[in-house]
Amino acid sequence: MTTTPHSWKHKDLCALADHTAEELKLILDTATAFKGVGERNLKKVPALRGKTLVNFFVEPSTRTRISFELAAMRLSADVVNISASASSLEKGETLLDTARNLEALRADLIVIRHKSAGSARFLADRLGASVINAGDGAHEHPTQGLLDAFTIREKLGRIDGVRVAIVGDILFSRVARSNIQLLTKLGAKVTLVGPPTLVPSTFSALGVGIAHSIDEVLESSDVINLLRIQHERQRKEYFPGVGEYTARFGLTKKRAGRLHEGCLIMHPGPMNRGVEIDSDVADGPGSVILDQVTNGLAVRMAVLYLCSGGAPFARIEPNTDTP
Amino acid sequence: MTESLHIKGGRVIDPANGGDGIRDLFVENGIIVDRKPSGAVEIDATGKVVTPGLIDIHVHFREPGQSHKETIASGSRCAAAGGFTTVVCMPNTSPVADSPATIAWIQERAASTAIVNVYCTGAITRGLAGEEMAPIGALANAGVVALTDDGRCVQNHGVMRRAVEYARQFGLPVMDHCQEATLSADGVMNEGEWSTRLGLPGWPALAEDLIVARNILLAEETAHPIHCQHISSARSIRLLRDARRRGVPITAEVCPHHISLTDEGLKTFDTNFKVNPPLRTPADIDEIIAGIADGTITILASDHAPHAPYEKEVELDRAPFGMLGLETELPVFLEILLHQRKAVTLPRIIEMLTINPAKLLRLDRGTLSTGAVADITILDPDHAWTYDKNDSPSLSRNSPFHGFPLRGRALTTIVGGKLVWDLENGFRN
Repeated sequence: MTTTPHSWKHKDLCALADHTAEELKLILDTATAFKGVGERNLKKVPALRGKTLVNFFVEPSTRTRISFELAAMRLSADVVNISASASSLEKGETLLDTARNLEALRADLIVIRHKSAGSARFLADRLGASVINAGDGAHEHPTQGLLDAFTIREKLGRIDGVRVAIVGDILFSRVARSNIQLLTKLGAKVTLVGPPTLVPSTFSALGVGIAHSIDEVLESSDVINLLRIQHERQRKEYFPGVGEYTARFGLTKKRAGRLHEGCLIMHPGPMNRGVEIDSDVADGPGSVILDQVTNGLAVRMAVLYLCSGGAPFARIEPNTDTP
Repeated sequence: MTESLHIKGGRVIDPANGGDGIRDLFVENGIIVDRKPSGAVEIDATGKVVTPGLIDIHVHFREPGQSHKETIASGSRCAAAGGFTTVVCMPNTSPVADSPATIAWIQERAASTAIVNVYCTGAITRGLAGEEMAPIGALANAGVVALTDDGRCVQNHGVMRRAVEYARQFGLPVMDHCQEATLSADGVMNEGEWSTRLGLPGWPALAEDLIVARNILLAEETAHPIHCQHISSARSIRLLRDARRRGVPITAEVCPHHISLTDEGLKTFDTNFKVNPPLRTPADIDEIIAGIADGTITILASDHAPHAPYEKEVELDRAPFGMLGLETELPVFLEILLHQRKAVTLPRIIEMLTINPAKLLRLDRGTLSTGAVADITILDPDHAWTYDKNDSPSLSRNSPFHGFPLRGRALTTIVGGKLVWDLENGFRN
């Protein structure tokens, strides 16, 4: 790992859109070093000893919360989990007041998931504590974007020039937005795939291609990232049903056969087997879905560490395990 | 008893009479007179512009019911400090201004606390619910100057059609907040590149355009004037332009923020930029300004919409829509239309802030004719300054224009012959 001249000067990570390619590479490089920690027998480092992290999840989540919790524990931080029902938000307290209370309890880091776009930024601008966005409405999910990019870089050796298709409910997807921000900044060629109602033409302003059939991108992709498709009440006016969606956009076994060898199949989870992805494909050779989960831990350790004021990892603890 | 005034040496612009030239203006007993009264107090307007008192037909003064945001008293002070001598209040108070009793309460409150002229509008439908007609005849008798469900839009075309037809017998113009609710849905900002980037629900221009088109058809069908409030979209301008060329009795107004700010302003999730209809794109601004220049738009207004800091200090999608406007209205219009775009002349801007709104709502205001009520504004279209929201007489602070450098400002506001505010000495009471 090369020592980078750049450093991380931010207390928060709210959106990948806010950061330069150099800063984002710095997080990925730091994550590479931390991944080595996870491979060791003794998985804990003292980097955040004495710090308190609050997992403040106003919207339900299991894997992201656990990933942050584990990441914090591996950095030796103390962790508290607060869900919406356990907070006073349900009693009418404002988000800002709840967060100020957490800060008054001397939380150093607040990891927030919330249904309102901009909620992480809203708190970051008003609190002294570090605020890490774990998903704000349809806006961003920065650590998911980072772990996806980390996985691509790890498996393919680069991001620049890689052709990535992101398939699904793009309009409502914070995962898609964080992926678009990061991948385009690092030189990948991103194509969004889905029906026009879920991939409106306004996305073209973000420097991405648009396709309205998965068949158009199968042969020309190095990575296929399938998003969870939801067909709850609020989506019924966007597409007629899961069956029609799968027929046009599902990665079936047959379609997977048209992917070139080495094409990565990704999914942020939780998967709907048989809807956006066939079960066999999810478990097949190109699938890196579980690698994404493992890498999420390293990426989140890097983010917590850097936002707490840690120097780029390579400088203080050169790690010989990583390429 | 008001003083007699001699406003000396100013450039007097009186669009109602086509006047524009350097002359003296005289006021006696609250009326414009044609010769100098004895003992008149002299106001030197040399190098300044003297106009009829400015009129804003779209403000929210929040009384009754939401006096923590603004009162008629505090709102009227914003008006005076912005050069406005007459304002027209929207009916979305609590209770809604849909009954003669509420109108009477507002009028009484205005008479006892306001320092400018305050007129009322009445609701089109009871409770702004869009279902049953409000008591339009009784509201007319109570003195409302127009009907509107502002803040909401009557979605049921049958209800809207009947209301416009019914209003016709009282000569009451119908004003409409143009927003088709199934298209705007839960939108909080313009649907476009920035809503896409920010992941915020979009409120498409289409939702405005559809109701503008509806109103054009209804105005044509009923032959009764409909006024489209706070137009924000390019296509609405094109629809209006075409309709007005065909002689349809339709008018429209534009607000300062819709020609000066875009949806990009929301990129930091600043709730002061959240307004309804939302800030749109540079292309929309260009078309709106073209519409102002070619006469498609005839009226300028603020949509002054105060909200308390704690109400705006929340997640963007939970924050109320609206921004302060009265103090920055004239300066922003002058800065953009006169200085930056050179789209219209100063007399045209004054016309859209005085006689045009007065004519639409049949107000006995907006002119400096001899015998007219002496509502007068003295302004300097080149005065360079920076707006500081903390200096505002408003009870709220929700302005997106804080820290904006602007050119142009009201210097003196005279209501009924009485000097109520000037820049140098502030308010007179």
